Amino acid sequence: MTAIVTPRRAARPGGPPGFGATVRAEWIKFRTVRGWVTGMIAAVVVTALLGLFAAGSAHIGCGGALGGPARTGAACLPAVATGPGGEAVVDSYYFVHQPLASHGSITVRITSLTGKYFPAGGPGSSAQGPAGSAPQPTAVNGLQPWSKAGIMIAASTKPGAAYAAMMVSGQHGVRMQYDYTHDTAGLAGSVSGASPRWLRLTRSGDLITGYDSADGTHWSQVGTASVAGLPSTAQAGLFATSPQYLQISNNELGGSSGSSGASQATAGFGDVRLTGAAAGRGWTGQGIDTAADADYPVQGGGYRQAGGTFTVTGSGDIAPAVPGPGSTFPTATIEDHLVGVFAGLIAVLVVAAMFFTAEYRRGLIRVTLAASPRRGQVLAAKAVVIGAVAFVAGLVAAGIVVPIGIRMTRAQGQYVMPVSLLTEVRVIVGTGALVAVAAVLALAIGAAMRRSAAAVTTAIVVIVLPYLLAMAQIVPPGAGDWLLRLTPTAGFAIQQSIPAYPQLNVPYTPNAGFYPLAPWAGFAVLCGFAALALGVAVFLLRRRDA
Amino acid sequence: MSRMLRAEWTKLRTTAGPAWLLVAAVAATVALSVLAVAATSCPAGSGCPVDTTKLSLTGVQLGQALVAILAVLVISGEYSTGMIRITFTALPRRLGVLAAKGVLVTGLVLAAGTLAVLGGLLAGRLILPGHGFSVAHGFAALSLAHGPTLRAAAGSVLYLALIGLLSLGVAAMVRDSAVAIGVILALLYLFPIVATVTSDPKWQRHLEQIGPMTAGLAIQATTGLRSLPISPWAGLGVLGAWAAGALLAGGLLLRLRDA
Repeated sequence: MTAIVTPRRAARPGGPPGFGATVRAEWIKFRTVRGWVTGMIAAVVVTALLGLFAAGSAHIGCGGALGGPARTGAACLPAVATGPGGEAVVDSYYFVHQPLASHGSITVRITSLTGKYFPAGGPGSSAQGPAGSAPQPTAVNGLQPWSKAGIMIAASTKPGAAYAAMMVSGQHGVRMQYDYTHDTAGLAGSVSGASPRWLRLTRSGDLITGYDSADGTHWSQVGTASVAGLPSTAQAGLFATSPQYLQISNNELGGSSGSSGASQATAGFGDVRLTGAAAGRGWTGQGIDTAADADYPVQGGGYRQAGGTFTVTGSGDIAPAVPGPGSTFPTATIEDHLVGVFAGLIAVLVVAAMFFTAEYRRGLIRVTLAASPRRGQVLAAKAVVIGAVAFVAGLVAAGIVVPIGIRMTRAQGQYVMPVSLLTEVRVIVGTGALVAVAAVLALAIGAAMRRSAAAVTTAIVVIVLPYLLAMAQIVPPGAGDWLLRLTPTAGFAIQQSIPAYPQLNVPYTPNAGFYPLAPWAGFAVLCGFAALALGVAVFLLRRRDA
Repeated sequence: MSRMLRAEWTKLRTTAGPAWLLVAAVAATVALSVLAVAATSCPAGSGCPVDTTKLSLTGVQLGQALVAILAVLVISGEYSTGMIRITFTALPRRLGVLAAKGVLVTGLVLAAGTLAVLGGLLAGRLILPGHGFSVAHGFAALSLAHGPTLRAAAGSVLYLALIGLLSLGVAAMVRDSAVAIGVILALLYLFPIVATVTSDPKWQRHLEQIGPMTAGLAIQATTGLRSLPISPWAGLGVLGAWAAGALLAGGLLLRLRDA
């Protein structure tokens, strides 16, 4: 093996070896230690096996005593609508509509928004019985924060259709929302007879502009939406909907349990003006995706028209679907299959720390530094080698386990939240990058501490323990969020595939897969720790005798 | 045996590492407990389902890592320097050497663990009432006179000692300190992590019942005992079985292999 290095050295008499030669030397050291290579391969295998175990251990059953014949596996997959961007959506509401040509507008005044909800146990609660057999619901008056009613221009009345809408909401004022994921705030404050809200949508081809007004004369633009794929004859009209009410209580074991139920919103509309409507067609009222066996709890709907005023009642939501406590059916995310990364990561951290500490144990460090006296360069070369190897290990493991795991999970009857190809690539490549940067951090800790046991423990404790404390809710949720912001564990945010949409009243908890930092911001925190550790290591390497 | 104990005690006493690790274990345990307690509050007028005893003992989750290092180094340290050959030349009864190491590690960890656990409880007793967990709110001040709290405290000390013995056994098996500590921390931390992601509640429960840390730390619970995956003492028994298994396998390998 040394024969590979010697001629190169001989070819450049005098002066220290270049960076390329140092990297080469470190690569040879790495690949000729059997335990380290085995450790890396073990990391890949363990990551994949644990991920597949987690995917295969879910046993989803459905139907049975109450909902028809018992089924298991893929027969239980819920029929979830997907929006224009391919994301899973909830699209249940009541729509009073008529056709709209490619140029036109709709204007209304909303004078009231009231609601009620049906606590768990009533029909439409998550423990659902067949419609009709349950006792009469005991309704409680009250709006949900995101109950909404207003005007909408939609591509069609199919669930998941593209749309743009102006609405008043329970607690979040006037909003303009389109294509499920986009949300812009308009006028604040709630709506009432004393302070009504005027809303307007104008359509010009694919471009829809939303306006709001507090008096019907002074209008301000809230936003514009380019709704791709809007047909020349779209549907325009009034809608009302109200999301499930959700109550999450934490129990003493650190878990949480929730109760949920359907809710209903009723809005009063006046001054309905529609321009550009196809001639001779009146209003049609229609419940969108409100069947009793829908995947989202809904509770009736309808409308009344008296002259120019309308009263529309609806239930459900027009919003992206999210995993975790806010979901009404069992869901998995693509990153759920990456739980094995923790096991693999521990193996990688051990190898990475030893990649430096072993030099001290064997006294090899003196030979290494004699051969390439620039100590910073030696550390950099080791970082390049271990980072590259760890990146490949993480990438291969994630690249195997994510696609196979998704298929296994679906075969078990569990719904996997669909994501765009770009997001899937970010999760898989990000896992490789995460493992690589964590390995560099462990290497730097090893270089700074020189002792294997102390370095390995430090690396594992700073990367894995905060995750455990936050996820298993051993520390309270608020403290857990800070752990996931301020420790190297923040880097795991790169694996989050479903964003935390603010327009949902859902607890976005870490153990449902929602990190307090955005994916790249979390990854940057990990990179910052690695850079800091490298800096400290270089400083100590230069100052101390080897 | 007393000769072996004296030899091991001399080795432990005359190196700086073990003393520092014990101090660090106490400090880390108390520090994390203080942080966890300080970060928790119970706003007036809301029911807080918090097990205050368990919260005050959160630091054990970190302190166990330092206990593990100490126990691993007691064996792996000798392998890395070659000292183990001198040890076995002087004291050829290898199982006796392992037993002597076990006795010393247990004694030291029991002493340090007692300090650490008392520190955590003291932090809870002093800080929690100011954070809404007051007598007026239905939370009694933490006290060792309270049966379950005493059991949680004493159990946590025993837990740390058993973690020390488990680590000793693993170190005797794998010899290299880095690999040994990796294996131990993986055993401790991976079971709960995999359990939180497993969607099947049955599997989740099984994982928490067999994991050395998840089962062992059931000893810290003082409320909601019915919904624990495993009862407190049975959980500590599971950790005891892990430690016994590791020591047995370690002892066997110590006899069978060349040093």
